[in-house]
Amino acid sequence: MALLQISEPGRAPDPHERRIAIGIDLGTTHSLVATVRHGVAECLPDEDAQVMLPSVVQYLPKGKRAIGHKASEASSIDPQNTVTSVKRLMGRTLADLQHANRWSVQLVDLPGMVGIQTLEGVKTPVEVSAEILATLRQRAEDSFDDEITGAVITVPAYFDDAQRQATKDAAKLAGLEVLRLINEPTAAAIAYGLDQGSEGLFAVYDLGGGTFDISILRLSQGVFEVLSTGGDSALGGDDYDHGLSQWVLSQTGLVLESAQDKSLMLKTSRAVKEQLSLENSTRFVLELSTGKIDLEVTRETFESITKPLTQKTLQACERALKDAKLKTKDLSGVVMVGGSTRMPQIQRSVEAWFGLPPLNNLNPDEVVALGAAIQANQLVGNHTGDDLLLLDVTPLSLGIETMGGLVERIVPRNQTVPTAMAQDFTTYQDGQTALMLHVVQGERDLVSDCRSLARFELRGIPPMAAGAAKIRVTFTIDADGLLSVRAQELSTQVQAQIQVKPSYGLSDDQIAKMLQEGFETAEMDMKTRALKEAQVDADRILMATQNAIDQDGAILSPAQKAEIEQLMLSLKQASTSDSPALIEESIDRLAKGTEAFAAERMNQGILQALKGQHIENLK
Amino acid sequence: MSTTPPTFNSSTLLQSDDFVLFQLPRHFAIDAQELQERWRSLQKMAHPDRFSMQGDAAKRLSLQWSTRINEAYQRLKDPLRRAAYLCHLHGVEINAQTNTAMPAEFLMEQMTWREALDDAKSSEDFDAIEQWVQSQIETTQQSIATLFERGQDVDVQAASSLVRAWMFLERFEQSVQDRRAAQLSHNTL
Repeated sequence: MALLQISEPGRAPDPHERRIAIGIDLGTTHSLVATVRHGVAECLPDEDAQVMLPSVVQYLPKGKRAIGHKASEASSIDPQNTVTSVKRLMGRTLADLQHANRWSVQLVDLPGMVGIQTLEGVKTPVEVSAEILATLRQRAEDSFDDEITGAVITVPAYFDDAQRQATKDAAKLAGLEVLRLINEPTAAAIAYGLDQGSEGLFAVYDLGGGTFDISILRLSQGVFEVLSTGGDSALGGDDYDHGLSQWVLSQTGLVLESAQDKSLMLKTSRAVKEQLSLENSTRFVLELSTGKIDLEVTRETFESITKPLTQKTLQACERALKDAKLKTKDLSGVVMVGGSTRMPQIQRSVEAWFGLPPLNNLNPDEVVALGAAIQANQLVGNHTGDDLLLLDVTPLSLGIETMGGLVERIVPRNQTVPTAMAQDFTTYQDGQTALMLHVVQGERDLVSDCRSLARFELRGIPPMAAGAAKIRVTFTIDADGLLSVRAQELSTQVQAQIQVKPSYGLSDDQIAKMLQEGFETAEMDMKTRALKEAQVDADRILMATQNAIDQDGAILSPAQKAEIEQLMLSLKQASTSDSPALIEESIDRLAKGTEAFAAERMNQGILQALKGQHIENLK
Repeated sequence: MSTTPPTFNSSTLLQSDDFVLFQLPRHFAIDAQELQERWRSLQKMAHPDRFSMQGDAAKRLSLQWSTRINEAYQRLKDPLRRAAYLCHLHGVEINAQTNTAMPAEFLMEQMTWREALDDAKSSEDFDAIEQWVQSQIETTQQSIATLFERGQDVDVQAASSLVRAWMFLERFEQSVQDRRAAQLSHNTL
């Protein structure tokens, strides 16, 4: 359907119909789900009143699984079948992982993305993440005793295309309708900005369990404009734990031999780290299979061991500020997000570096999920009264490989999305009829130092002298930050196009198959589900069309209006049938029949937006 | 544009040039604040987040618009790209890669400063060179601004050679920064 609601963006077509939208923070160590109820964002608790779900999945015999606290308790008893910190594996190959030996589960080298060997067979990180997401979806459904219309899932701002795609696949696999992927620091900024009614330039320093992000934003009249972003998608609290455990091992001369020992060591390190945020010193006590540890650890020692990690985060801050063409004195505040910012050394270092007292009055574990819930609520059209708009950027440069293994950048980092950018290339051999395009992401000049996203071919170029063909390569990045690439020979219009999916990216068919195999989302069979979805789509489209006619019917001639009304009537009739195909066909016909009307309304909206601007400028 | 009759010729605004889209005169000098405010109000209207509960066709249309608005904003916001775009709108392409012809005087001056950069050691040396580049860029910008104020009688050839000179200066400024950074790390070793 092609009809747009223009005059009041964000307003629900029917104020009596509330849609349930959730925000999910899919974290390295913990995940949360939040929603907006009675105008207030809140995290949803489980039956034990816990809002934080440990991001841990244990695979048990006979297809059973434990997820969350239960799985977390099992991690040192059954470490080989208990997956923790799976977020660090999303969209990564075995070769990408810097510390593959740290894992207590057995990692398997699969093409495209690393696999995890469990007693239930090899699992992908996408499947493991889907278990966590499905658990949170279930929590939300139980809480409302209703179905969820859609979800906003957060990802680290510094996640690349492969990691984003993997996250989206996991959400689909968990039976969630993904309204939008948004960046964690941006989500936190929404929660803070709306809470405090802030305006100005802000930095969001987000140190989680496994990732670090820094974003610089401008907040103005409900618009959250990201100016630049930076970080490290493999740096977080886990690394502080690991630093401590390495130090303890070097002090005691012990080694970790079994998966149990590895898991126990990390658990104890984390507990000691957390204790050191509260006290100046504590004891590290642990019995390993190779010997006993009982060691005094002071906060000072811990801080000096992990100082290089903290330093690394500040370097990323420096670059992000430089990219935004700002100095620390331009900022009005720095927002602290992520459980790892509880470490006193982080609070201190950030305050010293930015010269600003950090804003930490919202719970750093919850703030991302809360912001995601606010955005989700707005996206499903529940009237909030806030005219909130996010304008986010792409975190990493995108380009293609040229002669000699060099990268030609097409989209520089920190471009506001959605965006499209193009560059022209040519052939290098006489009579060349095909062109191999290799899409890469990263800041380095050599292809081998960047992440390979996809390869595709443009064929059927008519034979010409070298350098005569003109091939335009266009990169398009959508509002989720996901890329598609098109190549076209300009004289002949020969085209090739791909939606860039990393090689492990799941096709819709694969997802459907996986859904049928294990993730039963509802008792309804697939056909009933398809019919229900088609009917919901039909209702939504009919409502939007009626709204459009009510508002702007005047720009239609009587004949045009009659034609649209006829199409609406056909759709209403189709909607009462039991054929999803028939309903979809009628939806398509109505969409086609209203395209010109919709485009004209968009045009009018744009002109209106500019006119409104003129009036404001006169003030 | 406000007198556009309500007929179905919607493709016109989407395909119009950046200045028409932002309702700005085709001048080089623009108010950055105003540009930014227009960008925001256009995105508030057209962004895909405003259409997430509507059908695919509406989402596509909104994505197309939002992308187009961002493209125009990026180009108008960057003074050098804006200047090159103005030349393009007046029918002259910059073709920086193939057209490197520069006045001899300009090239001579460039060479002198490149030599100065080769000899630069102290932070004051670099400051002096950077100041020179900055002032050159400012002068170039002012000349370009003046040229494009003239409505129909713009001397586009003159403007385009100024744009090319500006590109030279930008590259030179980058090498000054690179050299300074290299010198600094050398000094601290």
